[in-house]
Amino acid sequence: MSSADWMALTTTLKLSAVTTIVLLILGTPIAWWLARTKNKVSVVVEAVVALPLVLPPTVLGFYMLVALGPNGPIGGTLESLGLHHLAFTFTGLVLASTLYSLPFMVQPLKDAFAAVGDRMIEVAATLRARPWDRFFSVVVPLSRRGFLTAITLTFAHTVGEFGVVLMVGGNIPGETRVLSIAIYDHAEAMDYASAHLLAGGLLVASFLLLFTVYLLNRRYTVVHP
Amino acid sequence: MKLLRKLKRLAFAILVMAPFSPAMAGSLTIAAAADLKFAMTEVVDTFRAARPDDKIEVIYGSSGKFFTQIKNGAPFDMYFSADIEYPRKLEKEGLTAGSTRPYAVGRIVLWSLKPELAKMALKDLPNSSIRKFAIANPQHAPYGLRGKEALQHQGVWTAMEPRLVMGENIAHTAQFIDTGAADAGIVALALVLSPTMQGKGAWTLIPDAWHEPLEQGFAITQRAAGNPLAKDFANHMASEPARAVMRRYGFVLPGEKGK
Repeated sequence: MSSADWMALTTTLKLSAVTTIVLLILGTPIAWWLARTKNKVSVVVEAVVALPLVLPPTVLGFYMLVALGPNGPIGGTLESLGLHHLAFTFTGLVLASTLYSLPFMVQPLKDAFAAVGDRMIEVAATLRARPWDRFFSVVVPLSRRGFLTAITLTFAHTVGEFGVVLMVGGNIPGETRVLSIAIYDHAEAMDYASAHLLAGGLLVASFLLLFTVYLLNRRYTVVHP
Repeated sequence: MKLLRKLKRLAFAILVMAPFSPAMAGSLTIAAAADLKFAMTEVVDTFRAARPDDKIEVIYGSSGKFFTQIKNGAPFDMYFSADIEYPRKLEKEGLTAGSTRPYAVGRIVLWSLKPELAKMALKDLPNSSIRKFAIANPQHAPYGLRGKEALQHQGVWTAMEPRLVMGENIAHTAQFIDTGAADAGIVALALVLSPTMQGKGAWTLIPDAWHEPLEQGFAITQRAAGNPLAKDFANHMASEPARAVMRRYGFVLPGEKGK
């Protein structure tokens, strides 16, 4: 593997890891709210969260490019504050990936939270557990399968991102050139050996990742009261 | 039963009507380099005028991608590459019907929405306010490679490298600049001369002595060997109406001298 390909690999892993952490922090409260609320607005929120599942990545990529660029609402605001706009930057990619992978974090978590049910939480409350305590010592352990699935799918989905990155990335080595783009470039330049190496590696790694998760999920099966 | 009868009647109608439908109309699918995005559409219009029944489709993308796709059996009848070497390679592998023909020599320009940036000399670019500079990926896009050569010729490639953003093809690169996401960049003259881009910012022609020529060529693919429309279109490329369009888009034509 060339040093450029190694760089693409580390950029991909970094992007996926950062996106997963950001989404864990943002997605957990959204999923919790969606699982518990009786507010009718939640249907709208749920639909918005699921949008990236059905939209072509180019739609998201196009809007992100326009929004993050110097003339867009996000990039323009940053520029007027004397900061740099976010098109073609790693931060911009994290932002785009966060939107792109949002449903992969929120939906498994929401289902897991919904499955916990009211009773365990009420019991914990009668034992004087504070809300935060109830969440972290009752809900989180009971939802670990959901967390495992959400984290893995978010990570893997971000690794597999192509269309969005193509639109807002700009193919900068070490910053926005990820594996999927490197594979595309190798294939276009007819360097099939390098394309095979990366594509085959990604295929095997993705399978192993999903296989491990499903294996663990089976073992972690929680017996519900 | 009623449905069955209806279906029978429909099948009969199709059988009877088939000879009268424009069955004689041909169809032609062209894979064209992204720099032809606007010019080829107009050339096809001039071709279509005389044959309204024929179905002519043009797909735009990077020359390298089409090369790989045709090698792997893509259903294209003609291949217009931005680099004549690609169709020549196909020809060597016996994947074309007949020989590769040159159709134009392309030119590159420095383009920016900010006129003061577009008017700069390439060698001054590193000292400009440019933060993101767009070129097509030199790894597989012919216009990207020529842009790289021009920057190298002017001795600023290394200095500009950290600021480069790369488009998948030359139209994608133009889009980076058009949205303002990249401050400036090197694109095809044919693109900035198109009606959609005209009047947006400013551009400066890059001397063609600074890079290898962008010799563009086309070929009829093996699968279209028996397609008369492909031959007609190949001849049409050499006709005056087609040449007039190409000239208007800044291409230097075979047998002519450029500016």
